[in-house]
Amino acid sequence: MATKEEIFSAVQDVLVDSLAVDADEVTPDATLLDDLGAESIDLLEIVFSLEKKFEIKIDRSELIPEDIFTDAQYVVDGRLTPAGLSIIADRLPNANMEVLEQNPMVQNVAKVLTVQSVCDLVEKKLQ
Amino acid sequence: MQRDVSLVDFILIRQQRKRSLLMNWYWIDRFTLFESGKRAHAVKTITRAESHLRDHFRFHPIAPASLIIEGLAQTAGLMINEATKFDKKVVLGKIPSLTFYDTEIVPGDVLTYEATADYINDEGSMATVAVKRNEELVAEGVLVFAHLGSDFNSKRQFAEGDLEDLVRAYGMYDVGVDADGNPLHDPSL
Repeated sequence: MATKEEIFSAVQDVLVDSLAVDADEVTPDATLLDDLGAESIDLLEIVFSLEKKFEIKIDRSELIPEDIFTDAQYVVDGRLTPAGLSIIADRLPNANMEVLEQNPMVQNVAKVLTVQSVCDLVEKKLQ
Repeated sequence: MQRDVSLVDFILIRQQRKRSLLMNWYWIDRFTLFESGKRAHAVKTITRAESHLRDHFRFHPIAPASLIIEGLAQTAGLMINEATKFDKKVVLGKIPSLTFYDTEIVPGDVLTYEATADYINDEGSMATVAVKRNEELVAEGVLVFAHLGSDFNSKRQFAEGDLEDLVRAYGMYDVGVDADGNPLHDPSL
């Protein structure tokens, strides 16, 4: 199985290609949307590229936990409940939760995604 | 200020709109190979009669690369549309890579657009594409499509029946086969 360093390096290559950013911008704690400028169509391409590179299958809800949005336990009036924030933090342990803690609206969920979150997901898939 | 629209205006506007929807979308001539959800080849003959070539360029017409990309997008997009049962609006979202090795495409050239589906899921798809003139590689790259729900903004991508007419005119059902190699069934028959 690939080491953490190898996974990071491969994820970095994918992000450099997909987002036209410099490799040194792709740090583990960089957020995909705000720091690296990714848009939703880029996330789609990134998922496809990761699947191809690592020969894995990634469901978009694994990257961005949109499946909880329709559960009243986690989201009320478009706002994440404490339980919703908690489940996102559990699923994406290296996410940057600051944005959500300040403004827990569902449209901000994708903003927590960091490069390390992507590496974590790939590592989990390879296990 | 609100302007009254007469019935004649209304009909003319509708006809013009429908004509523009139809005419601006013919970026390939016909499919020559169509394997549902896997790959599609389409042929496109460049002709001096194409109105946009009059100004691109006068006395030296060259097919614009942007319209060749439109042809690739249509070849791949319709393949994906068929694979997703025409349920979604399949929209070209991103061109991660596309390299032209020759941009001197002139009237009389016959191009083959080739598209191979790399990934298709509910939210989007990715296809590897190539343009060939005879066997010479003219361009190659990757296209990413977003799949928008059919109720997205409550607007249709095509007027009623246009998409079905388009794929029929392109011969999708003449050459198309399903995943098992059986001929595609034209739902209108």
